Amino acid sequence: MSITTPLFQHHKHCDEIFADAEEACANGEWTAGGEAFALLSNQLEAHFSSEEELLFPAFETATGMTSGPTEVMRGEHRQMRDLLAQMQGALASRDGDAFGGAAETLLILMQQHNMKEENILYPMCDNALGSSDVGAALAERLS
Amino acid sequence: MHPSLSFDQAPPISVPYRFFLAAPWFGVMAGILLAWSGPDAFASRWTPEALALTHLIALGFMLQAMSGALFQFIPVAVGGNVWRPKLVANVVQPLLLLATLLLVAGLLFSQPTLLSAAVPLFLLAVGGFVIVVALALWQTPATGMTLWAMRMAIGGLAVTVLLGSLLAESLAHGLSVPIIELTNIHMAWGLGGWGLMLLAGVSYHVVPMFQLTRPFPLWFTRGFGPLLLLLLLAWSGQYFLDDLRWPLVAGFPLLLILAAYGGMTLWLQYTRRRKIHDATSMYFRVAMLSLLAFAVSGAAFFLDPVIGADPRSVVWLGVLAFAGVFVSAITGMMYKITPFLNWLHLQRLGAPMSAVPNMKKMIPADAMTGQLRLHVLAVLLLLIAVWEPGVVRLAGVSFAASCAWLGWNLVGAIRRYQGFRDQIRASVLHH
Repeated sequence: MSITTPLFQHHKHCDEIFADAEEACANGEWTAGGEAFALLSNQLEAHFSSEEELLFPAFETATGMTSGPTEVMRGEHRQMRDLLAQMQGALASRDGDAFGGAAETLLILMQQHNMKEENILYPMCDNALGSSDVGAALAERLS
Repeated sequence: MHPSLSFDQAPPISVPYRFFLAAPWFGVMAGILLAWSGPDAFASRWTPEALALTHLIALGFMLQAMSGALFQFIPVAVGGNVWRPKLVANVVQPLLLLATLLLVAGLLFSQPTLLSAAVPLFLLAVGGFVIVVALALWQTPATGMTLWAMRMAIGGLAVTVLLGSLLAESLAHGLSVPIIELTNIHMAWGLGGWGLMLLAGVSYHVVPMFQLTRPFPLWFTRGFGPLLLLLLLAWSGQYFLDDLRWPLVAGFPLLLILAAYGGMTLWLQYTRRRKIHDATSMYFRVAMLSLLAFAVSGAAFFLDPVIGADPRSVVWLGVLAFAGVFVSAITGMMYKITPFLNWLHLQRLGAPMSAVPNMKKMIPADAMTGQLRLHVLAVLLLLIAVWEPGVVRLAGVSFAASCAWLGWNLVGAIRRYQGFRDQIRASVLHH
């Protein structure tokens, strides 16, 4: 198991919760949708903060790259947090169109973000942080 | 940081959009040409009209849209750095457009000078594009089967254009080359080695991404691209082996792996996590069903020599491949990429995120599903028209109309982008 395996698996976990939240809200099941959304929001935040507090600083220390991939990833986390806030607002006012539009945007942003992490950044992290204990800390935070 | 690693999300928005905006109007031209020529156009693949139609779609619609999408996809999916994308796109796209019009006119009116004029333009436009893309694809540190499929596809494009140039020169100057065999090989590399290879490589990413399906199994993605390449090489052996059975021997396994790809994609979609349908997912389904129909009817034509000998059987396969598979898959992709790019570029303007309209505000969902229905109707009419000459003109008009609607939807998306951009800029200045 590589250092970033827990992050990989957690992406899939978040995808599943996303699909539940989106489907429930699209069908007007606001209570179930609200619960799934709260879980999604919580899990994504856990994911972002694990990367920002553990993985990225370790990578930056090991490689000296402070303004490159990790900076772009932090920027995208900010965008996703903003979209989550829009979804929260739409959920509160039970506005299906606004929720669906923000959800669609979040999904594509999230997927292309994951794609860049999984194909490029995570392999770079695995290389740079081969023998560190970051992996265990990530696994613990995301379990 | 690795010098060739790009983490930026996108080239300037004008880069993909100048290709996307042009593509549908070549479809419109193809539809009008078909309606104008009438039943003769579909009598065989060798009529001047059929050759012109094929290249309007292959070069005008497919190559334009796929080139634009590659500029966008390479940095995001495989971290490749395309050299000066704006400059390359500004040169390649108009050259490609002009070369396509010259070639199509040359084929339609049997004008050797036009054919000869088109060849150097293609070599320049596609040659430049292939070199820039190949450099980006070989310098990226990323790995994976999407990257390999894209590398093979760009090689497939180079082979297609070289063979096409040879064929055009042969037609123009009456060179003595085996036209039929070379055309079969040119077509297989264009549709399979370039078109399907790229579609498959991109779909390893976008099918799971847009619909939250399971990933394509590793054994499948590892096997499909290399096998497709090997079978295309085998298919090309017909040029050297003077054996009538050879196309059959190479053709059957080719059809089999096309069906495997179509079936696998449909199965992944059927078992997906995200239950919401949209125009993109339905377009992908139409494309994969058309691919299955292509494989089944291709096999039937091999097995039944009576139908197989009818010149219309290849026209039928052409309609399935061009209108059914590629126009559908590409349209579906554009309906997802365009709204996302609008959003992505708008939110970079510095306004608060809540001021940036979400993806669903970019192209109305009803306009996309309405256009999808018209496209499906047009494909069905085109298929009927192959055997029923009375329907040809109606099929041409429907196809032109559905492509015009697509063009209009994309123009609308870009106008909305400009409108929102001006609003955001005004409000940023105001504060």
